[in-house]
Amino acid sequence: MAEYSALSLLKNAFSGNRDWKPAWRKPDPKPSYDVIIVGGGGHGLSTAYYLAKEHGITNVAVLEKGWLGSGNIGRNTTMIRSNYLLPPNTNFYEHSVKLWENLSHDLNYNVMFSQRGVLNLAHTPGQLDDMARRGNAMRLAGVDSELMNPAQIGRLIPALDLSVGGRFPVVGGMMQRRAGTARHDAVAWGYARGADRRGVDILENCEVTGFLRDGDRVTGVTTTRGEIRARKVAVAVAGSTGRVMQLAGIDKLPIESHVLQAFVSEGIKPFMDTVVTFGAGHLYVTQSDKGGMVFGGDIDGYNTYAQRGNLPVVEEVMSEMVALFPGLARVRLLRSWGGLMDMSMDGSPIITTGPLPGMYLNCGWCYGGFKATPASGWCFAHTIAKDQPHAFNAAFTLDRFHRGILIDEKGQGSTPRLH
Amino acid sequence: MLISCPYCGPRDLSEFTYQGDGNRTRPDPASTDQQAWNAYVYDRVNTAGDHHEIWQHSGGCRAHLMVTRNTLTHKVSAVAFARDAGHRKSDRHRMSGGAA
Repeated sequence: MAEYSALSLLKNAFSGNRDWKPAWRKPDPKPSYDVIIVGGGGHGLSTAYYLAKEHGITNVAVLEKGWLGSGNIGRNTTMIRSNYLLPPNTNFYEHSVKLWENLSHDLNYNVMFSQRGVLNLAHTPGQLDDMARRGNAMRLAGVDSELMNPAQIGRLIPALDLSVGGRFPVVGGMMQRRAGTARHDAVAWGYARGADRRGVDILENCEVTGFLRDGDRVTGVTTTRGEIRARKVAVAVAGSTGRVMQLAGIDKLPIESHVLQAFVSEGIKPFMDTVVTFGAGHLYVTQSDKGGMVFGGDIDGYNTYAQRGNLPVVEEVMSEMVALFPGLARVRLLRSWGGLMDMSMDGSPIITTGPLPGMYLNCGWCYGGFKATPASGWCFAHTIAKDQPHAFNAAFTLDRFHRGILIDEKGQGSTPRLH
Repeated sequence: MLISCPYCGPRDLSEFTYQGDGNRTRPDPASTDQQAWNAYVYDRVNTAGDHHEIWQHSGGCRAHLMVTRNTLTHKVSAVAFARDAGHRKSDRHRMSGGAA
């Protein structure tokens, strides 16, 4: 597997870098596969990779309607953490962080996972108490977490206005030091190459237009590149879940699609070496290795399938940014963009068999899908291969809503725009 | 995005509060049909295209509005008062499984 090494870099430098093998092939679709994965985003690609690596299932196709990396895997703010309260989430996301910790070696592809820490700020004593409770729950589950006081926070991030304009003074914070960021494109490319080298066909520009059925059972898909049959059809399409599942006759799901905007500023000198989140509003910010401040806030809050948002949220996010970091007020914004979020009714994901025989569903990531990429694929691959969930995703069922076993981290209820 | 309030005229999005999918009909309060209540609370059509949704003009006249907006383009094609969204009342009994 070791394609990238100091030696291969040197060798290819001498031949003018003309002899590199493409990271993945561009095969034509075969008439049938053991498994079809609809959606060539991070989750679909990692599912294919772990199906091949962990379960020896290599007769697999990943169907992507655009090109690899065009969806949410290239639209997120790259943050990774496992600071959850409820055990199903804590265990699942901690498994993900552990996979992240070894991912570059596993893939022989530098995903630039940087454990720079994620610091959640508290602005009221009540909020700090809540963080202590969450932090203790994490530590009981074996996840690292520590409370910080304002003086420690001030030393860690000198540019932070600890009074937040006098309105929301920082009274403390919760730090997860093993959390951090990764380079999102490299994650897509690394998983794609890893899956491809194990025999998985990655079919780009191959949009699913319908599902083939034998009675209730799903037996394949029709696509813009022809009919493809498979024993198992897995769907991992995030914000497009509603549209794709309607093609299979599933008209209603506990999912709404919303848009989340993200922003990056012009590059500036090293400013902050951690991820910080604002607790009195909703803002999360980090500095990329190139120097740009990468940040985001709330979703726009209305149903949409358009990958762009509106200005009120832009204004709100900017005002939060300037409140925390007055020194950034004159830094210019370089770009902003939007991604589609599959907001579930309890804020937690769904990784399950069904809802039809021969079908498998992975969705409901709200706006926390990127950090879950390795564990999502790992658990989904297990679910597809064994026809039953792994302990890590056993709670992420589709029927939990109707059965009243919700995993509602925020206690927000079935109002997806608030998760 | 502008929404034309029937009272106030075209106003900026920031004056409005989204109150969610307007395609849902609450079952009859007397209904004990668990399935119908679960479906009402958790299941969504998640329409791609023209979507009926409820907004409140919370920064203006405070009227509740039934807005028809395309979720692919954000184009608003119709705005009416939510109370006048005719099918709501007449459908209520049928949707809750016929309880009168």
